Amino acid sequence: MTAQRTYIAVWLALLVLTGITWGVSYLDLGLWNVVVALAIASLKASLVALYFMHLRSEGRLVWAFALFPLGFLALIIFGTLSDTLFR
Amino acid sequence: MSHTDAHAINEDRGYLTERGFRSWACTLDHKRIGVLYLFTTLFFFLAGGVIALLMRLELLTPGPTLMSDHTYNVLFTLHGAIMIFLFIIPGIPSGMGNFFIPLLIGARDVAFPRLNLLSYWIFIGGIVVILASLVSPMDTGWTFYTPYSARTGAAVATLSLGIFLVGMSSILTGLNFIVTTHRLRAPGLTWHRLPLFIWAMYATSIIQVIATPVVGITFLLLAAERIFGIGFFDPAKGGDPLLFQHFFWFYSHPVVYVMILPAMGVITEIIPVFSRKPIFGYRAIAYSSLAIAFIGFLVWGHHMFVSGMSHVAGVIFSFLTFFVAVPTGVKVFNWIATLYRGSITFESPMLYALTFIFLFVIGGLTGPFLGALATDVHLHDTYFVVAHFHYTMMGGTVMGLFAGLHYWFPKMTGRMLNETVAKLAWAITFVGFNTTFFVMFILGYHGMPRRYAEYLPKYHADNVFATVGSWILAVGVVIMFANFVWGMFWGEKASANPWRGLTLEWQTPSPPPTENFDEIPTVTDWPYGYGKKAV
Amino acid sequence: MGGVTGDSREERAYALETAKLGIWCFLATEVLLFGGLFTAYTVFRLRYPDLFHAEHLKLNRLLGGTNTVILITSSLTMALAVAAARQGRKKRLQIFLLCTILLAASFLGVKYLEWSDDFARHLYPGTNLFFSLYFTMAGLHALHVIAGMGVLTTLLVMARRGKLGRSRHTPVEIGGLYWHFVDLVWIYLFPLLYLVG
Repeated sequence: MTAQRTYIAVWLALLVLTGITWGVSYLDLGLWNVVVALAIASLKASLVALYFMHLRSEGRLVWAFALFPLGFLALIIFGTLSDTLFR
Repeated sequence: MSHTDAHAINEDRGYLTERGFRSWACTLDHKRIGVLYLFTTLFFFLAGGVIALLMRLELLTPGPTLMSDHTYNVLFTLHGAIMIFLFIIPGIPSGMGNFFIPLLIGARDVAFPRLNLLSYWIFIGGIVVILASLVSPMDTGWTFYTPYSARTGAAVATLSLGIFLVGMSSILTGLNFIVTTHRLRAPGLTWHRLPLFIWAMYATSIIQVIATPVVGITFLLLAAERIFGIGFFDPAKGGDPLLFQHFFWFYSHPVVYVMILPAMGVITEIIPVFSRKPIFGYRAIAYSSLAIAFIGFLVWGHHMFVSGMSHVAGVIFSFLTFFVAVPTGVKVFNWIATLYRGSITFESPMLYALTFIFLFVIGGLTGPFLGALATDVHLHDTYFVVAHFHYTMMGGTVMGLFAGLHYWFPKMTGRMLNETVAKLAWAITFVGFNTTFFVMFILGYHGMPRRYAEYLPKYHADNVFATVGSWILAVGVVIMFANFVWGMFWGEKASANPWRGLTLEWQTPSPPPTENFDEIPTVTDWPYGYGKKAV
Repeated sequence: MGGVTGDSREERAYALETAKLGIWCFLATEVLLFGGLFTAYTVFRLRYPDLFHAEHLKLNRLLGGTNTVILITSSLTMALAVAAARQGRKKRLQIFLLCTILLAASFLGVKYLEWSDDFARHLYPGTNLFFSLYFTMAGLHALHVIAGMGVLTTLLVMARRGKLGRSRHTPVEIGGLYWHFVDLVWIYLFPLLYLVG
């Protein structure tokens, strides 16, 4: 039953984090709104990946497959920004 | 591994035994799927070639020759789209990759045989959709640049969907190969004992899996722009046409390495066999494949120097572009070092492999002219670009494919080609190719722009030269293909190992049985120990 | 004949590992498929911050938030379904798969309400760049939800026919990974579209 308990705990944490993003969006933090929202989203995403997708118990190869595309995601975003921000 | 029966002729037709439409259309055998891909892609190579001959015919005279300007625009779009999406991208990776990756790693099949068959049929579905778009054929060039592609009356949305499907097939194939390489290597076949073709295909598959979805979403957005009126690429709605170019080249630049890396892999297999020498610099060649794949992702902006992109981006992308030359050079030097003092014999696969090196070096060395910010402004969109990529793509990839077809023909069909005819076809093709394309460097340098049906009279003589060259090239290719057809049915029976190769595909009969190996081989050494022990 | 079929215990474990690599590889392509849209979002948000701020207020936060809760919960039921499959508890597996399907359907139901409301207010994909992004990002995600429902329904049918169990839970594992990914994408879409516009 421990696995089920972990899942429910993760689920509760995800709900709490959703509530926090929601609340924070009413504060005006300027640029920090995006940063906080993305940080919380990433925290939630990590919880889903680590526990629901069992990344926690996977070997190095699966980790590599999981993290690999993120570098390319950053690449396409920043590569394009190197044009659009300085045009 | 037992070598005792390596030279015996096998009367069994192996994986080709079963006959009938269903046995091909529903096959899960990676070899049959590979053969299906090869037939499909080679058909489109010939179709694209016929279109190219028509274009060259139009360019025989400076003024109108035989077609309207619009027809010419349609033809160069079709030539590009067919050759890129239906021939050169799936050709070596899906065709030869499917056939030879499991054989070279001592596996019975790919990791996901059903997915493999699915990806072939998705590919065919994509082709059908692409052909459906011919009711109102595209005239945008194969690059589909917005805003024109968003506004032209041609069936852009249909073609986009077709290419999306072809891309999906490419992704699934790449995924299959990556997992196959990780999971299904024969016992003892460590990463550093893998044939270098496998390293090249692994790097290729990474690009397919990572880059192709980006072009998929790009074409979906283009279709959505036409159907729903979304405005990402439309300046009138605040969108940015250059964003399309960024997305397009984020895929289409890395994908030129999907085209060239497998060809490099093929000739890396061929050169040591016909030099009877171990490959020089195994690890350098292996890692340079990965390096090319990764650096290839960093340089897409060099297609956009004159597009109005920011200078910052221009400088960054130009700088990064030069790094691609390093791993490419590493490969070329290692091939030459392998040839050095080898016992070289000039059978037809070797002739094509050497042609690959010769033409690819010309194509490669003209790259930096275009990668350098300053010279590109002069050369951009001229015939210099056309010459450059035909030297790399046709002189490189297609010659690599021809080399592979001649090298592996006995294994795939169980029969030999006529060597004299093969050499004749090679000689004519070589002469025809250089006659057609070398003058284009000169034309481009003198400023002849590409993609026009007409040109200034001062370029006339060189264009006649190129058009005549295209006929010579066509004759060479026709002879070669006639030899393939003849060989398939009436060629001399091939032994298991006609070239005395050491890689695993030669240790099983020609053609291989459905399950590839009677017993999965155990590997104890790298496959390049030529000249050291008798084979 | 296939590379990874077989019935011994080791072969099954091997097949599961292979299938997992396959699905993670597939998810990598999915990241890049959405990657194009995230790039477009970044570019346009930096260029038109005021537009994004003004337009995002027109979205219904309450419905968006509800959908977030629905999708997170569906991830939980999916994880529980995978656990049930691993333990070979067939009844539980079917129940949790059914829950996941129903939650996915209600996600689409809420989406339907939201979009018909948008259309009633004349907010279309072509209205402006923010709504272009909103409709394409949420639309592509919705397509993934629909595809996921197809996968889940197949799993449920397989489970009912007794084709899934302790020794054959690979399909559930793979379907689960895909479903969690669909959830993952929404975790980013929700704040980017509804909250910080």
